[in-house]
Amino acid sequence: MELLGTRDVYGEVLLELGRKNRNIVALDADLSGSTMTKLFAKKFPERFFNIGVAEQDMTGTAAGLALAGKIPFVSSFAIFASGRAWEQVRQAIAYPRLNVKIVASHGGICVGEDGASHQTVEDLGLMRIIPNMTVIVPADGVEMRSIMQTAVETAGPFFIRTSRMKFPVIYSNGASFRIGKGDVVREGKDLTVIALGLMVSEAKAAAEVLARKGISARVVNMSCLKPIDRELIAGCARETGAVVTAEEHSVIGGLGSAVAEILSETYPVPVRMVGVKDRFGTSGTAPELLDYYGLTSRDIVSAAEEVLARKG
Amino acid sequence: MDYEGLRETAREMRINILRMIHCAKSGHTGGSLSAADLMTALYFHVMEHRPGEPEWPGRDRFVLSKGHAAPALYSALAMRGYFDAKELMTLRRLNSRLQGHPDMLRTRGVNASSGSLGQGLSIANGIAMGLRLDGNEAAVFVMLGDGENQEGQVWEAAMTAAHFRLGKVLAIVDNNGLQIDGAVKDVMGIEPLAQKWDSFGWDVETVDGHDFGRIIPALLRVRKKGLHDRPSVVIARTIKGKGASVFEGKAKYHGVAPSDQELEAALQELGEV
Repeated sequence: MELLGTRDVYGEVLLELGRKNRNIVALDADLSGSTMTKLFAKKFPERFFNIGVAEQDMTGTAAGLALAGKIPFVSSFAIFASGRAWEQVRQAIAYPRLNVKIVASHGGICVGEDGASHQTVEDLGLMRIIPNMTVIVPADGVEMRSIMQTAVETAGPFFIRTSRMKFPVIYSNGASFRIGKGDVVREGKDLTVIALGLMVSEAKAAAEVLARKGISARVVNMSCLKPIDRELIAGCARETGAVVTAEEHSVIGGLGSAVAEILSETYPVPVRMVGVKDRFGTSGTAPELLDYYGLTSRDIVSAAEEVLARKG
Repeated sequence: MDYEGLRETAREMRINILRMIHCAKSGHTGGSLSAADLMTALYFHVMEHRPGEPEWPGRDRFVLSKGHAAPALYSALAMRGYFDAKELMTLRRLNSRLQGHPDMLRTRGVNASSGSLGQGLSIANGIAMGLRLDGNEAAVFVMLGDGENQEGQVWEAAMTAAHFRLGKVLAIVDNNGLQIDGAVKDVMGIEPLAQKWDSFGWDVETVDGHDFGRIIPALLRVRKKGLHDRPSVVIARTIKGKGASVFEGKAKYHGVAPSDQELEAALQELGEV
C-alpha cells in the first residue's frame, strides 16, 4: 500500500505553485522543517518570512500581506496555528474575509511522542466555529494536491490540516476536491461511515471487515468539513439509516458534531462517533496512540455494529 | 495645509466626534479626542491618498490599531470626502456602515479591520512586506494606544518590523496616559516606553501630540528619510479628551458618550455654539 505524507505533498505543491504565481508568499513560526515550507523558503527566500516563535504576530502579518494583494500560506503546528493564534485568525483574517491560507501540520494525535502539548484534538472545532472560514482535512496526499490547487484559486480564508504521519493513498487514480462536497469512496446500503483525514482509510478497512460479516457499509470522505455537504449527509442517512463518524479529533466540535447537527435538523438516524472522547493526548508512537484512543478500523467496526443494533 | 488650517480642521473633527458619539449614545470619547490632531495631520497633510480612488495602489496605508478611536477615523474620512458627513450620525446603528470598530468590508477608505487591541502593528508589517515585494514605495502608518502596548503581540510585531527592516512602517503611539481602568502607570506600567521601542530596534521620537509644528515633521520623515532600514515610532504625548475640558484627563470617559449637557458645554468650548 502506497503511503504519502500530506505535509510532504504540501511542501512540494507550495513550491510548484510558487513557481507559477509570484503573489504566493509563505510564513512560518520556526517550524519550516516540520511543516515543509522549507522547500519554498529555499527556492524563494524573498517571499518567505520566518516570523520566529510568534504565531500571533505571524497570523496578523499574513493578514497584512493579503491586504497588499499577496496569497499568504501560513504554517505552524495545528495547535498553535488554530489555538495560540485563534483570536488573530478570527479578527485579522476571517472577519475581513482575507485571502489567507493556513496550512497547519501535525494535526491530531499522530504527532506522537511529543505528547499532549503538541497534539491537537480541538483545532477543527476551533476553526469550524468561525464565520467565513473554510476547513479542510485531506484524506490522503493525492487529495492534498487537489486541495492546494483549489485553495489558490479560491479567494478567502482557509484552514487546511496536514499530518506528521504518512498514511495510505485512497485516490491512486487522482482526486478532484470540491469545496462543500463530500465524496463517496465506497458504496454501501446498511450504514454510512463518514470520515475525514487518515480515518478515511481506516473506514475503508473497516468496510472490508464489515463486508465479510455481511454488512454493507458506505464510506464517505468528508474532507471539506466546512462548508459541509449537508445534502450528502442527509441523503446517506435517508438511504442507509445509520451513521458512524470517524475523526482524529475530539468528538466535541468536529466532524461528529457537524454531522449530528445536520441530521438532528434533517433526517435523524442513529449516530455513533468514533473520535477522541473529551481527553487530552499523551506521548507514544502514532500507531500506539490510534489504538489507545480508539481510532482504528476495529473501533469503526464495533461502532458500526452498535449503531446497526440501534437502527432496529 | 498650513498649521492654522490644520488646527481649524482638528477643531471641526472634534465637533464631529462629539456629535456622533453623543448621537450614538455610546463610543470612546476620550481616546478619539486625544487622537484628533494626529488623525488630522495624517489625513490632511502627511498621507498620500485619493478619496475618489480608495483602492489607489500608490496610497499610503493607515491601520487604526486602537480601533476604538473609530469616530476620529470616520470623521477624517468623511471630511476628506470618502463618504457623506451626514452618515457620521449613523455610527454604531444596526446596518450602519460605521461599525463600533473599523470594518474594512463596510467602510469606504478603511484599509484594515481592527478593534481587538495589539494586532494592528502585525497587519501593518505584513502590508509593508507585500508592498516592498512589488516595489511599491507607499508608507504604512499605524496608530496604537498606550495601554495597547501591554499586549504581547505588539512586541512580537516590533521585533518583526526591525528584523525585516521595514523602514516604511511608522507607528504612532497615542500616549494619553489613561486606559479604561485608570492611569496606565497604575494598571500596568509601560515605561520607559521610548527606551523599550529603541531597544527593539526602532527609531523613536517623542513629540507633543497636539502641536502640529512637532507632529508634522515627525510623521513626514518616514517618507523623506533616504535610507529606510529601520521602522519608526512617534510617541505622541496627548491628553485624553483633548479639546473639551469636561473630558480632559479623565479615565472614566474612555468609553462613555457625552450627555446632552456635556455636549453643549464642549461645543461651546470649541466655539461651535
